[in-house]
Amino acid sequence: MAVTALGAGTARRPVVRLRKMEDERWLALALLAPTAILLGLFIAYPFAEGVMLSLSSARVGDPGKFVGLKNFFKLADDNIFWTSVWNTFWYTGVTTVFKLALGLWLAMLLNRHFRGKAIVRAFVLLPFIIPTVLSTFAWKWMFDPTFSVINWTLFKVGLISARINWLGDADLAMASIMVVNIWRGVPFFAISLLAGLQTISPELNEAAAIDGARPWNRFWYVTWPLLLPVTMVVMLFSVIQTFADFQLVYVMTGGGPANATHLFATYAYQIGIVSGLLSEGAAVSLAMFPFLFVIVVVQLLYIRRVETR
Amino acid sequence: MAEVTVRKLNKMFDTTHVVKDVDLEIRDKEFVVFVGPSGCGKTTTLRMIAGLEAVTSGEILIDDTVVNEVPPMDRDIAMVFQNYALYPHMSVAGNMAFGLKMRKFAKDEIDKRIKRAAGILGIDELLHRKPRQLSGGQRQRVALGRAIVRDPKVFLFDEPLSNLDAKLRVQMRVELKKLHERLAVTSIYVTHDQVEAMTLGDRVVVMKDGWVQQVGEPLELYNTPANRFVAGFIGSPAMNFADVNVVDRGGTMWIENPGMNVRVPDHLQARMKPHAGKPATLGVRPEDLHIATDADPADLTFTGEIEVLEQLGSEILLDMRAGNSSVVASVEPTLRARVHDKIKLGMNPARMHFFDAATEAAI
Repeated sequence: MAVTALGAGTARRPVVRLRKMEDERWLALALLAPTAILLGLFIAYPFAEGVMLSLSSARVGDPGKFVGLKNFFKLADDNIFWTSVWNTFWYTGVTTVFKLALGLWLAMLLNRHFRGKAIVRAFVLLPFIIPTVLSTFAWKWMFDPTFSVINWTLFKVGLISARINWLGDADLAMASIMVVNIWRGVPFFAISLLAGLQTISPELNEAAAIDGARPWNRFWYVTWPLLLPVTMVVMLFSVIQTFADFQLVYVMTGGGPANATHLFATYAYQIGIVSGLLSEGAAVSLAMFPFLFVIVVVQLLYIRRVETR
Repeated sequence: MAEVTVRKLNKMFDTTHVVKDVDLEIRDKEFVVFVGPSGCGKTTTLRMIAGLEAVTSGEILIDDTVVNEVPPMDRDIAMVFQNYALYPHMSVAGNMAFGLKMRKFAKDEIDKRIKRAAGILGIDELLHRKPRQLSGGQRQRVALGRAIVRDPKVFLFDEPLSNLDAKLRVQMRVELKKLHERLAVTSIYVTHDQVEAMTLGDRVVVMKDGWVQQVGEPLELYNTPANRFVAGFIGSPAMNFADVNVVDRGGTMWIENPGMNVRVPDHLQARMKPHAGKPATLGVRPEDLHIATDADPADLTFTGEIEVLEQLGSEILLDMRAGNSSVVASVEPTLRARVHDKIKLGMNPARMHFFDAATEAAI
C-alpha cells in the first residue's frame, strides 16, 4: 500500500521548498526560529548592549568610548555599592525565609476543609494581585511617622510614647520594606505550595498516622520531602524576583535614608538614570549577574537532585 | 491479639447518615469481611475503627478499651490501603521501617523484622527499590509488609486487591488467606467483591445503606440469607427472583404467577401460612435449577425459553425467559441446546427461598 502510494506521488513531485521540510534538520530549524529570534531580539541583544555599555564611558548626552573594566574597578571602591550588595542578600535571604515559613503555614491551613474555603483562598491572593506600586504606596502611608495607622495603634495601646520614624532610620527602613515584601510574596508561596500539597495523597498522611507518626513527624518525614521539589521551584522564582526587586524599595524609601536601603536595581537606577552615568549604572546591574547566576545554578542542581531521588 | 467490639456505631457526614447503628463483635484472630455495594458504609466503618474518621455516636472497643478518642497511632493497628499508600520517596525497606522507627525500635530489631516480613512475602530482592519501580502486585506486597513488621493487634484492609488485575487478585487472595493462617492476627477486611468476602472471611458482614444486613459465616449467608438483598448479593451468578402470589389450596400452600404454579416445599409450609393471599418473592439460585426429567414432580417444574447461552466450560449458564420473569440456570456442560429452545427446568425444593414482598425479609 505505502509503496504504491509513494509511487503515485512521484508523478507530481512536491515543490522543492516543501521537500526540504521533510529533512528533520531543516524542520527543526524552522520550528525553532521564531523562539530563537524573539529570545535574541529581546534578551540576548539587550544583554550584549548592556555589557558593551558597562565597558564604556557613556553618560547622558555622551556616547562615550570603550574604557574596559574601569567602571567595575570604580564600583569595587564604592561603599554604597557594597552596601547595596549586602542589602540585596540580606533582603532576599530574610524575606525568603519568612515567605516560605508563612506561605507553607498558610498553605497547610488552606489545605484543610472548612466553610468558605474558596473565598479565603481568593482573598489570600489579593496582595499578589494588587499592583505593587499601589499597595506599596498604601504601606508607605501606614509607615508614615505622623499620620500612620501603625504608630497611632501602638500609641493608643500604650506600647510607645514617641513616634517611630519607620522609614527614617536605616535599620527600621530595611525592616519595613522587608515586611512589605513578605506581605506581597506570601500569597505566591501559599498558593503554589497549596497546589503542591494537593498532589500529595491524603492516604499517605493517614498511613503515617497509623504507622505511629505524630503530626510533626508526619510533616517532617512525609509532607515536607514530597513537597520539596515544588518548594525549590517556588523558592527559585522568588529568589530571582526578590534579588532584582526595584519598585518596592523605589516607592517606599527611594534607597534612603542616606542610601541605606539600596538594592542592586535601585542603585543601578540611581546612578544610571537619575545621575545620568549610563555606563556605571549598567555596570551595577551587570554586577548582579554573577551572584544571581551562582544562586540559580546551585538551586537548579539541587532541584534536579531532589527530583531524581 | 485482640478483640474488636463495635456498639451502636453511627456516622454522619453533615446531614448524610452513612453508618447506622452498627453492632459487631469480632473475636480474637478472626478474619471478618465487610462487604456491600459502594456507599454502603463499609469503608467508613473501617476508617472509624482505624481512627481516621471521628465517631458520631456509639463506641469502638479494642480489647476492653474504648478507643473512640484514641488517635490512630495509639491504637496499635496496621492498615493496608486501596492505593497502597506507600511513601514514594522511601525505599521498600524504608517504607517498612517507618512505623518501627516512629515507635523507636532498635536498628537491629527493625532489620530483623524487615528481613522476616520480606521473606514471608518474597520481596527480599526489592528492598532497595522505590515504590515507583514496582509492579502493582509488588506494591501490594510491600503494603502488606509494612503492616506485618509492626506486629499489630489488628490488621485493617481497605479493598486491598481492587487495583490488581483479575488473575493477580485471585493469587493474592490465596496468599492473604495463607498469611492469616500463619500470623493469626485479628483482621478486618473491606471489599465490594462477594467472592473475596466468601473465600477470605471467617465471618462476613453484609452492609447496605449504612445498615448491617446480616452477619454470618460464608455458607450461612449463602444457604440462609436473612433478606432479599443478601440473597441477591451473595452468590454468582446471582439468585433468581420471581414475584409470586401465595395461595391456600385446601390447607396446602402454593405459589403462582403467570408462568409458574408450584407447591411450597413441606418444610416451609408452616412458615408460609401467615402469608396466604399476599404477594411474596421466590428466590432460587441458578445452581439449584436443573433440566427436568420424568423424576421431577410436575409441581416443581416450569418451562422457559433460552435467550442467551453462556458456555463456561465447567458449566453452561442459560439466560431464560419464563412467563414474565427472566431466569438464569446453571446446568451440566453436556447439554446440547440452542437459543430459542424451550426447556423444562426443575427446582430443588430444599433450596427454595421465600421473601416477604413488603419487608424483603426471609420467610
